[in-house]
Amino acid sequence: MPPAHRTLILMPAWNEGAVIGSTLAELHAVVPDADLLVVDDGSTDDTVARAEASGAAVLRLPYNLGVGGALRAGFKYAYENGYDRAIQVDADGQHDPTQIEAVLAGLDHADISIGARFAGEGDYTVHGPRRWAMVLLSGAFTRAAGVKLTDVTSGFRAANRRALLQYTRHYPAEYLGDTVDSLMTAIRSGLTVVQVPVAMRPRQGGEPSHSPGKAAIYLVRSAFSLLIAMTRRRTPALELPESTTTREASA
Amino acid sequence: MITRLVFLAVAVFFGFLLFRLLRAGRVREKYAALWIVVGAAIILLAVWPNLLNNLADWAGVVLPVNLLFFLAIILLLGVSIHLSSELSRLEDETRVLAERVALLSLQVHTLEGGPQTEAPPPEELEPTEHAQEPAAE
Repeated sequence: MPPAHRTLILMPAWNEGAVIGSTLAELHAVVPDADLLVVDDGSTDDTVARAEASGAAVLRLPYNLGVGGALRAGFKYAYENGYDRAIQVDADGQHDPTQIEAVLAGLDHADISIGARFAGEGDYTVHGPRRWAMVLLSGAFTRAAGVKLTDVTSGFRAANRRALLQYTRHYPAEYLGDTVDSLMTAIRSGLTVVQVPVAMRPRQGGEPSHSPGKAAIYLVRSAFSLLIAMTRRRTPALELPESTTTREASA
Repeated sequence: MITRLVFLAVAVFFGFLLFRLLRAGRVREKYAALWIVVGAAIILLAVWPNLLNNLADWAGVVLPVNLLFFLAIILLLGVSIHLSSELSRLEDETRVLAERVALLSLQVHTLEGGPQTEAPPPEELEPTEHAQEPAAE
């Protein structure tokens, strides 16, 4: 019996050859029903070979587009190939595969489901300007969405078909475009968001930066990205065409 | 008199350069149109310098040359902004093309039933996945 939903796991990867094999293998073991798509963002190492060796489909961008660029390409793939829902997962193993079902379950109540770090699980803490940025973002998003959102920059998020269509239309390739701008625009287009508490694992590829200078720049850029996204003219979400909501598009 | 001739020569030179670029198809007309207008204005000013003085008088600018600088800076600023926006549009367009190329090439390779990498994966890529793990769990 086929699973109730066709699910795609979307993994943007840029020179992740060292870790992507183990991450994919674990995903395959934990969520065998979901299809895997690696979006290779112009890698120069063996990312593509390793991804293909572990049986994932690989979408190869001809040159580096950035996370937002890789993700939009992946969302187009998901939408055009008739997937009901897609979840984005980092290649570095930061996102625990056992939490995927929980994040996907959020789609029962909303169009977009975010796996959030600060919602009670895990021990992820920040302070200083980075914390102010988090407070600013979560305040603005909680107001806009009407539900409590505490970790909008989390890259562990799932989308249903309606959100996939929205993403294919608006998913900026710039810094924070893949998190702040795309989410705010989706909310303002009338899509609903829910957050699911998850615990993150430590990144395999080094610690996030704690330099106060960088944190301050991050604060300014978050605020700017927010300002741009919140003052842009609202465009209502596109309606899904009837024919593609069923599974006939896929063999 | 000499300065007027120099200005005239410069204006004519750039006008000619632009015309050649346009003819060779290396500058699109929509970008060249502005420069042709500017070139014409410079020629006009070189031939009748009093034009600038009268204009400055009328606008209440004491030093006519300041009016010239002001207009030139506004113009250059406008052109830079225009070029930035054209560049961004181009980047958006190439992004769409890059996505499409990736999607189509995956589709082709799926239809052909083979992996996209030419060389078969080397032996160490055998599916003993956890052996590849560099860091601790």
